[in-house]
Amino acid sequence: MTVQQASPPFTIERDHALALLHQMLRIRRFEEKCVELYSATKIRGFVHLYIGEEAVAAGVMPALAADDAIVATYREHGQALARGLPMRAVMAEMYGRVEGCSRGRGGSMHLFDAAARFYGGNAIVGGGLPLAVGVALADRMRGLNRVTACFFGDGAAAEGVFHESLNLASLWQLPVLFLCENNLYAMGTALERAHARTDLAARAASYGLPSEAIDGMDVLAVEAATARAAAEVRAGGGPRFLEFRTYRFRAHSLYDPELYRDRDEVERWKARDPIALFAGALREQGLLDDEAMARLEDDVAAEIADAVAFAEAGALEPVEDLTRFVYSEERRP
Amino acid sequence: MTATLPATVKLTYREAMRAAIREALQRDERVFLMGEDVGRYGGCFAVSQGLLAEFGPERVRDTPLSEDTFVGAGIGAALAGMRPIVEIMTVNFSLLALDQIMNNAATLLHMSGGQFNVPLVIRMTTGAGRQLAAQHSHSLEGWFAHIPGLKILVPATLEDARGMLWPALQDPDPVLIFENGRLYTLEGELPAEPPPVDIAHAAVRRPGDDLTLITYGGTLGTALAAADRLAAEGIDAEVIDLRVLRPLDDATVLASVARTHRAVIVDEGWRSGGLSAEVSARIMEGAFYDLDAPVARVCSAEVPMPYPYHLEQAALPQPDTVAAAARALIGAAHG
Repeated sequence: MTVQQASPPFTIERDHALALLHQMLRIRRFEEKCVELYSATKIRGFVHLYIGEEAVAAGVMPALAADDAIVATYREHGQALARGLPMRAVMAEMYGRVEGCSRGRGGSMHLFDAAARFYGGNAIVGGGLPLAVGVALADRMRGLNRVTACFFGDGAAAEGVFHESLNLASLWQLPVLFLCENNLYAMGTALERAHARTDLAARAASYGLPSEAIDGMDVLAVEAATARAAAEVRAGGGPRFLEFRTYRFRAHSLYDPELYRDRDEVERWKARDPIALFAGALREQGLLDDEAMARLEDDVAAEIADAVAFAEAGALEPVEDLTRFVYSEERRP
Repeated sequence: MTATLPATVKLTYREAMRAAIREALQRDERVFLMGEDVGRYGGCFAVSQGLLAEFGPERVRDTPLSEDTFVGAGIGAALAGMRPIVEIMTVNFSLLALDQIMNNAATLLHMSGGQFNVPLVIRMTTGAGRQLAAQHSHSLEGWFAHIPGLKILVPATLEDARGMLWPALQDPDPVLIFENGRLYTLEGELPAEPPPVDIAHAAVRRPGDDLTLITYGGTLGTALAAADRLAAEGIDAEVIDLRVLRPLDDATVLASVARTHRAVIVDEGWRSGGLSAEVSARIMEGAFYDLDAPVARVCSAEVPMPYPYHLEQAALPQPDTVAAAARALIGAAHG
C-alpha cells in the first residue's frame, strides 16, 4: 500500500487554506487549554488529546456534507470541533455543565450533537463501527443519499467487531466511509506488538473495500483522499476505507506516564507536526505571513476565552434530573 | 346468512409471533427484520418462515454470524429513523452482542443528554427443556433486566406472543423480547382480530386466595400445573405472570401478596443474584408485614444446563417442586 502525499507545489485557494490552518489551530489550542484546565481541576475524568492528529479531522470534515453522519471515538474533541459543534458547547461539556453538548452527561469521551448528525464519542474501542453500519443502512433504506463517516483507531482493528463491520458494510454495499486514525499505539501497545500484519489498509482491502493509506500529517492529502472516497461512496460504490497514518504527540490520556515509547520517536514525529508543515508550505507559496498567522492565533484565542467563560458561567444539572433520559420522556413519531 | 370471518383462529405461539412480525412489516414501512437465518432458512425456530417471500430481502435480512455487529447495526438504524426488529437465535448468543446492548442501546439516550433515543426491538429465544445442553439453554433475561434503559418483555401466552411486538415497536426506547423455546409449539385459539395488549403490567393468570405463585415466560405453565395440583388438595393458589421484567410491576405483585400472605417465586433463571431475588426483595420492602411466611423460591439448579433429559428436567422448576414449596409455606403458616 503506498502512502499518498500531496506533493508541493500545490494550488489552493488562500481562504480555504487559511480555513484549514485555522481549524487545526482551534483544535490544538483548545486542547492545550484543556490540559491547563485539567491541572486546575476544572475538567476531570479521562481526557484523550488529539494533539498531533489535527490534520485528520480538519481535512476530513470539509469533504463531508452537512447531512452526512459522523460516528466518533473517545479522542474526539478535534472531530467534534471540526464538524462544527460550537466550541462553547464542547467546553461546557468538558466542565460537566448542563449547557454542554451532552448536557454534561458525557464529558470528554461522549460528545453528541443530533443537529450535526454527530452520533457521539464512543469509548468502547470499535463500538462505533456497527452503529455506523446501521446508520448507513437506515439512510439507504430511506432513500437518502448520505455518507456515514466512522472514525476509529488502529486499536480497533484488533477487535472482532472491526472485521464483522467491514464485512457487513461491504457485503451490503453500504455508504460507510471507514476512517482509521492509525497513531501507531493502542494506548501503550504499539501496532507491531498487537498485529500480525500491520498494514491496516491491506487488511481492510481483504473484505473487498477499496482501501488506501494516507499521510495523516498532511491536511491537503487527507482532504483530497476523503473527498474522493466520499464521492465514490455517495455515487453508490459501497464502503471505502482510509487509513490515516498519524501520531499523537501527547500521552494517551492525562494519566499516562508514557513508559512505552521513547522520546526520540516522539521528536521525529513532531518534526512532521501537521500545523507547522502546512503553515510552512503556505508561507512558501506566499499565502501566509506573520501578520496573517497572528490574526489566526488571536481569533482562536478569543474563541477559546469565550468558550471558557461560557463554561465557567454554566449551570450544573439539578440532581433531581439524575434519572431523566434513562427512558424517553415522550413518544416520538 | 352471509359468510363472516371466524371469530377465533387456532394457532401456535410460533405462528402468533410470525403474525405479529408480519403485521408490523405491513403497518410500518420503517420496520424490518434482521438476523441470522431469518430469511431463506425461515428462522432458526421457523418463526419468520415465508416472510422473505412476502416482503423481500431488503426488509427480511439474513446477516452473517456477527451478533455484535448486526445488533449494533440495528441500534444505528434505529438512531437514523428505522424501526428494526433484530433476532438473535438464542440468549446464549446474545452475549456476543452484550457490548452493543449495554454500552450503546441502553446508554445512548442518557449519555447524550436526551438527544439520541434507540427505538429498537431485539427478539431472542431463551430457556431449556429441549436437550440443547449448556450453550443453548440458559435463561439470562434476568441479567438484562438489571440494565437501566432497557425494557424486558417475556410473552408466556399466545395473546402476548401475538400482541407484544407492536407496542414494543411503538416504544421510543430499546425493548428486548424473550421467547421461551418450549412455548413455540404451544397451541390455542385467539380472536381473529386480536385486541391490543399492554407492555407495562403483570397479569393474574389464575385467581386464588391462599398463596401467590409469581412467575413468567416458560414456567407460567409449570406454575399453573402446580396450582391445579394444589387445588385438588384444597389449596387455592393465585398465579401471576410478570410479563414485563423491567420495569417490574410491583403493584400487581404486592396487591396479591397483601391478600394471600404467602408467595412462591418460580424462575427458570438461577437463584443467586437473579430475578427471583429481586422480586423477593421487593416483596420484603413492600409487603413484609403482610407475609405469614418467608418468601420461597423455586429456580433452576445452579449448574450449566446438562444434555440428558433426566438431568435437564431435574435442573428445571417442575410442577411437583413448585407444589411442594407451596405446601411447605402453607404448613409454615399453620405450624
